[in-house]
Amino acid sequence: MVALAERPVVETSTREPVGARLQGRAIDHGFVLHGAYLPVLDDVSFAVAPGEFVALLGPSGCGKSTLLRLVAGLDRPRAGSLSVDGVEVTGPDPSRVVVFQDPTLYPWRTVWRNASLGLETRGLLRTHRGRVDDALALVGLEKFAEAYPHQLSGGMAQRASLARALVNDPKLLILDEPLGKLDSLTRLVMQGELTRLWQSRGFTVLMVTHDVEEALLLANRVIVFSDRPARIRADLAVDLPYPRHRDDPELLRLRREALGLLGMARDW
Amino acid sequence: MTAIAEAGSTSGTAPLLAGDGRQSSSLGLLVVAGFLWLALAALILAWPDAQEVERTGLLGLLAAGFGAVQLAASAGGWASEWIGERAGDWLATPLARVRRLAPWFIVLALWIAVWEVATAKLDLLPLPFFPSPQAFVEVYTDDWRKLGDSLLASLWLLLRGFAIGAAVGFAVGVALGWSERVGYWIHPVMRLVGPLPATAWLPLAFFIFPTSASASTFLIALATAFPVAVLTWSGVAGVQTAYYDVARTLGANSRFLILKVAIPAALPHVFVGLFMGLGSSFAVLVVAEMLGVKSGLGWYLQWAQGWAAYANMYGALLVMALMCSTLITVLFKVRDRLLAWQKGLVKW
Repeated sequence: MVALAERPVVETSTREPVGARLQGRAIDHGFVLHGAYLPVLDDVSFAVAPGEFVALLGPSGCGKSTLLRLVAGLDRPRAGSLSVDGVEVTGPDPSRVVVFQDPTLYPWRTVWRNASLGLETRGLLRTHRGRVDDALALVGLEKFAEAYPHQLSGGMAQRASLARALVNDPKLLILDEPLGKLDSLTRLVMQGELTRLWQSRGFTVLMVTHDVEEALLLANRVIVFSDRPARIRADLAVDLPYPRHRDDPELLRLRREALGLLGMARDW
Repeated sequence: MTAIAEAGSTSGTAPLLAGDGRQSSSLGLLVVAGFLWLALAALILAWPDAQEVERTGLLGLLAAGFGAVQLAASAGGWASEWIGERAGDWLATPLARVRRLAPWFIVLALWIAVWEVATAKLDLLPLPFFPSPQAFVEVYTDDWRKLGDSLLASLWLLLRGFAIGAAVGFAVGVALGWSERVGYWIHPVMRLVGPLPATAWLPLAFFIFPTSASASTFLIALATAFPVAVLTWSGVAGVQTAYYDVARTLGANSRFLILKVAIPAALPHVFVGLFMGLGSSFAVLVVAEMLGVKSGLGWYLQWAQGWAAYANMYGALLVMALMCSTLITVLFKVRDRLLAWQKGLVKW
């Protein structure tokens, strides 16, 4: 991070953008629960430029994670359209990988074999073994390649799941509260690592978080959602150089604004 | 990795260090056991038999030999303590294992002494229900060929039936857990037929199948298949959807989801089913052999009872117990190897 501070300020990636462009138009989605329709997303439209880091912020249970599942292709929206690089999303694709809140590593596989999953599903493992080693080295787990998940700490497990995503050289990294269950120190370290990875790799990031500060520290843009059914309440540009500091006055101002949008202006 | 390796090695050496203090005393126990077995041999050989029994000499020799082995082992234990580190693991590990058994050896020697005195020496217990230790030995020396044939026949029948039943049960379980359409048709059938003890099919099976061997194979397979199918099914059905989500976002097709996600995740359940299936297959094996099949340990038991040869029955029971226990042990070993990734496995 220190080295990065010397360089000129860059808004997105230092490399030419390899990230995906994301476009959502008038997305409606919901579930049928006990016979009644429960709307979750209401007329959500947004666009993410290649290489942008966008955080989705909103009250707990508002439907942010549902939106991520739609982007990942795990579910299809009931109405509206969602396209990545101009192509309609119809199903999951390894170029759009998800890092979930739980690491969800397969306990029967070693760290290495977990990280190599994406290559294995596509039959690329034999020719691209080196990519697994690279990804593990990138997240600092090269010494734990042969460990089983139950031998890892929470932070290490989440790093392993990050490596599992990075092995696929994603154009879009989808993060569903990836640091939500980590202790605060590990969280700080990994926030820094995420920024560094994003800056060096140039992929687009779409991250759900309910931590206002985390969103403002990491993202170029913060999209604030209303309570369920989720509508977009605001789209805040965070025009600050990296690395950012928690006590930057502009960041504090944005924090107050975001908290206000979430209905917390006077309570904190 | 180093942290893990270190943690592993320290936890591995801790019990050894703690056991150091007791080592000499258990070595002493082994010496006591050795002399007790020698005394048992003397009792068997020197005290004239009241019953008409053969193989007294052989029994005495066996007891003496066993005692001598224990004394040799304790001498080896002392020697390796004298030599110290250089003795190495190849000697120390088996010696430590033998040493742990010393209390058992002592109790066994006392038990056989009581048994011997009450039967062969004083003739206190009625024959043929309570044969002497000599008669027990005689079963193995004189009838080993028939016993061995019976053991092989039982093993072959059991393994055939178990393998078929486990394979079918596993396949049905995976299909049930995976596909709702399969579940629609198989589930009601399984609910009705599954809980029925396989032995209830016995009369019908012997009637329908051309040979008693094929009928018994079918019954053993049936007894194995049900628990394996149910447990595999619940294992596959219980796999976290998050595991599938992960694989799907990484580009997995359904073949990958079944073979590389559902089945490995369900494997701990599958093994519970296999253990239950193996247990019920033992029961069916014995009943089938007693009622229809003209070979195997169950048949041998039946045959020995017909001749009131109780010593042979005890002998066959021991062989059967060893067979079942060995098979369970083998299954445990397979599981330990396949599920090495699990924490806190029960050790058999």
